[in-house]
Amino acid sequence: MAQLLPHKDVVIMGLGWTGAILAQELTESGLDVVAIERGPWRDTATDFNIGYMPDELRFAIRKELFLQPAQEAMTMRNSVAQTAMPMRDYSSFLPGSGVGGAGVHWNGFNWRFFPNEFQAKTHLTKRYGAKRLNELQLEDWGITYDELEQSYDKFEYVCGTSGKAGNLKGQIIDGGNPFEGPRSREYPLPPLKMPYSSTLFADAAKGLGLHPFPLPASNMSKPYVNSLGVALGECTYCGYCERFGCANYSKAAPQTTILPVLMKKSNFEVRTECEVLKINLRPDGKTAKSVTYIDTAGREYEQPGDIILLCGYGLMNVRMMLLSGIGHAYDPNTGKGTVGRNYCYQTQGSAARLFYEGKHFNPFVASGALSSGLDDFNSDVFDHSALDFVGGANISCGTSNGRPIGNRPTPPGTARWGAQWKKATAETYQNATAIGGQGSSYPTRGNYLDLDPTYKDRHGRSLLRITFDFPDNDLRMSRYISDQLAKIGKAMNPKQMVVSHATKGWNSVPYQTTHNTGGASMGAKPDTSAVNKYLQSWDVSNVFVLGASAFQQNEGRNPTGTVGALAYWAAEAIRDQYLKKPGPLVQA
Amino acid sequence: MPWGVQPSRRRFLASASALPILAFAGGAMARSISGTLPWQAFAGEPPKPVNPLGWFFFTPDEVATVEAIVDRLIPADSLSVGGKAAGCAVFIDRQLAGAFGKSSKLYMKGPFANGLPTQGYQGTLTPEGRYRDGLRALNDHVRTGHAKSFAQLAPHDQDAMLAGLESGQLDLKLAQGLSTRAFFELVLQNTMEGFFADPLYGGNKGMVGWKLVGFPGARYDYRDHIEKHNVPYPKGPISIYGES
Ligand SMILES: Cc1cc2nc3c(=O)[nH]c(=O)nc-3n(C[C@H](O)[C@H](O)[C@H](O)COP(=O)(O)OP(=O)(O)OC[C@H]3O[C@@H](n4cnc5c(N)ncnc54)[C@H](O)[C@@H]3O)c2cc1C
Ligand code: SF4
Repeated sequence: MAQLLPHKDVVIMGLGWTGAILAQELTESGLDVVAIERGPWRDTATDFNIGYMPDELRFAIRKELFLQPAQEAMTMRNSVAQTAMPMRDYSSFLPGSGVGGAGVHWNGFNWRFFPNEFQAKTHLTKRYGAKRLNELQLEDWGITYDELEQSYDKFEYVCGTSGKAGNLKGQIIDGGNPFEGPRSREYPLPPLKMPYSSTLFADAAKGLGLHPFPLPASNMSKPYVNSLGVALGECTYCGYCERFGCANYSKAAPQTTILPVLMKKSNFEVRTECEVLKINLRPDGKTAKSVTYIDTAGREYEQPGDIILLCGYGLMNVRMMLLSGIGHAYDPNTGKGTVGRNYCYQTQGSAARLFYEGKHFNPFVASGALSSGLDDFNSDVFDHSALDFVGGANISCGTSNGRPIGNRPTPPGTARWGAQWKKATAETYQNATAIGGQGSSYPTRGNYLDLDPTYKDRHGRSLLRITFDFPDNDLRMSRYISDQLAKIGKAMNPKQMVVSHATKGWNSVPYQTTHNTGGASMGAKPDTSAVNKYLQSWDVSNVFVLGASAFQQNEGRNPTGTVGALAYWAAEAIRDQYLKKPGPLVQA
Repeated sequence: MPWGVQPSRRRFLASASALPILAFAGGAMARSISGTLPWQAFAGEPPKPVNPLGWFFFTPDEVATVEAIVDRLIPADSLSVGGKAAGCAVFIDRQLAGAFGKSSKLYMKGPFANGLPTQGYQGTLTPEGRYRDGLRALNDHVRTGHAKSFAQLAPHDQDAMLAGLESGQLDLKLAQGLSTRAFFELVLQNTMEGFFADPLYGGNKGMVGWKLVGFPGARYDYRDHIEKHNVPYPKGPISIYGES
């Protein structure tokens, strides 16, 4: 029997990015908040210690900071006709674990989504006709960019983001991204210093009439004191960023931005190494009464609370809803149900690898989000009338690491071992760079999340099952993007170039991105969304579901800027509306 | 090795208002933290360099085979020493003796079945077992054809055999879920890890792998070089334990 604990105002599952934001905002309103986090406590000095953080094997290859599948795995298949098998190791994407969540070991690309993506269905139907969207299951998000602008701003100023505005209140600014939505003020910090590869790329792109800009990076270009009064240091371009915690307090993470303030509050508590098993509903199923969790000694506890926040990362949130009976599971055969619907990923296959002679790219002089990029072929910035797809990609070139276990390019045709391999590796390490396209991922009826019928976790609960493949629309997009990469690559004058694009059959083995979106999508109507515009469950009104699970589709961008903005937006709605009148904030 | 670092070394840090129920949770690591930002001096967990002497996993026969393999995958030439002298076999031995070898962090529950290529490795064997099975089968194969062990073959015969494993033309008929190609990929990956990982893990002796490509290792601060475009980096590598 679970031991019943004293009541709390707010119970949060997970203390990563969204959990930290919600806890900080709601404790400010005087609420008594507890976060239940299944991983360990982590702090910079101890766990991201400069003495041993630069260890590629331990952190990047053996993935020490990540969720281990022995704790929670998932199964995958490419279509409903196949039998899903467990991903015995995480490798295509790498969920976080422990205080800070994946916010510890992200790169720091901190984007806003394009205004039209929040109304993708309406916008694209109007411009290209419904037929173009036949294969897709696009929906509007029930919110506008303008509504979210202040929340984006808040997240960027908590994170301390290095960048250059391209659109200030409607005025287009030179050197920034001219295609972005209007922002109310400049980035908190100037752009990072650009490496050689990025300047070659930017020069070539400008020569082609394109619009390169330094990508927004939550790696500090200068010392910064954030909007909560927490100080961050200058990034040293150390090259151990993605998959690592930052030892220099230079990368925005919950540890370097929010926790120093939050942890000192007496109305906040975190319980670490405690895993939420289930959200318990009241008999009428309309509200939740408590959370059941288990500690490392195997003891179960029941933690009652008035408001329950799922902040466990999108995929985990969806599984928790399915395990707890929150909302209705999506069925791809009927198209009914919303939990698990519109699962999307990121279409990463477009790349141009460039090989030179006699250069020194110094790939180890690198930072998580150090890149120059362009949006000329992203989202609906360009006219798709004569094309056979919708969506696009951000195209970029930069250095994020030169760590040699994972990063040893050789020209095509080189042996993978032996004397020829060694010679080519020694010659190419300083002579290679790449341009990549981070492509949109649009929803289809057959891509979804549900509970696996066979495989169970260590507590005997069903694993999450991912059914996903790249839609044909997105593959056509990827080919088009690769054509653009080839043009830019050619203008960069390499000795040799290899261009590739995404192909059918999502492979769970090579790392792609940890940008899993959808499954508890937001919207204006309960038949096509699991949560309303405030991320409140349509069915269980004191449960809010934070994270990229709320996306209806993923655009050609990293998700966390929008995840952070939606977290501030939801926190404000809870504070200003829900606390005054608990219950559904939007009538179904 | 990091996997050997026991979580129990981690201190239970003082908590302003630890819930008694959690404090009683018999040696468990679950903690309640409130009203404080816990931090304690010297609480870090530096990695422990491997013991360079002896063998912790491989049998003498396996040692001979693995040393021969890593020396063909990374042969000695004018650019650098070979995989054996670089410590790649020692590296693999220590990895297999630790958590990596046992797959203790992976999902290893059944039912097991051969999946699709997009579903990744689906066999029951952990890396320990995969090495044991693969090395045994490789030497069995050598003996049926040439009546010698792999280590005693001439280098060009060894290369031909490795190429056969890589392409899958040579089928060692390994355990469920383990193709010959997958076995080769595992050995190749671990050999490269050994050549390029920090020397504390037993490979990359004298930072030979890093010197080969010009990787400065654990330097961690390139602010003075970020704007020096297309200019060689002037300093050599350093390792976590300060080797330079
Ligand atoms: C290698 C890598 C690079 C990335 N780079 C970028 C980037 O450059 N830009 C970008 O926009 N995004 C990036 N991301 C994604 C980004 O990290 C996530 O979008 C972001 O952290 C999501 O925030 P979250 O709060 O939803 O989840 P998280 O930050 O992951 O937090 C979730 C927390 O919940 C806990 N939890 C889960 N289930 C339970 C349970 N049952 N009980 C208790 N606790 C639980 C987890 O342990 C975790 O600590 C990257 C991710 C990775 C892995
Ligand atoms: S690259 Fe910069 S932000 Fe990233 S870990 Fe290194 S110092 Fe920190």
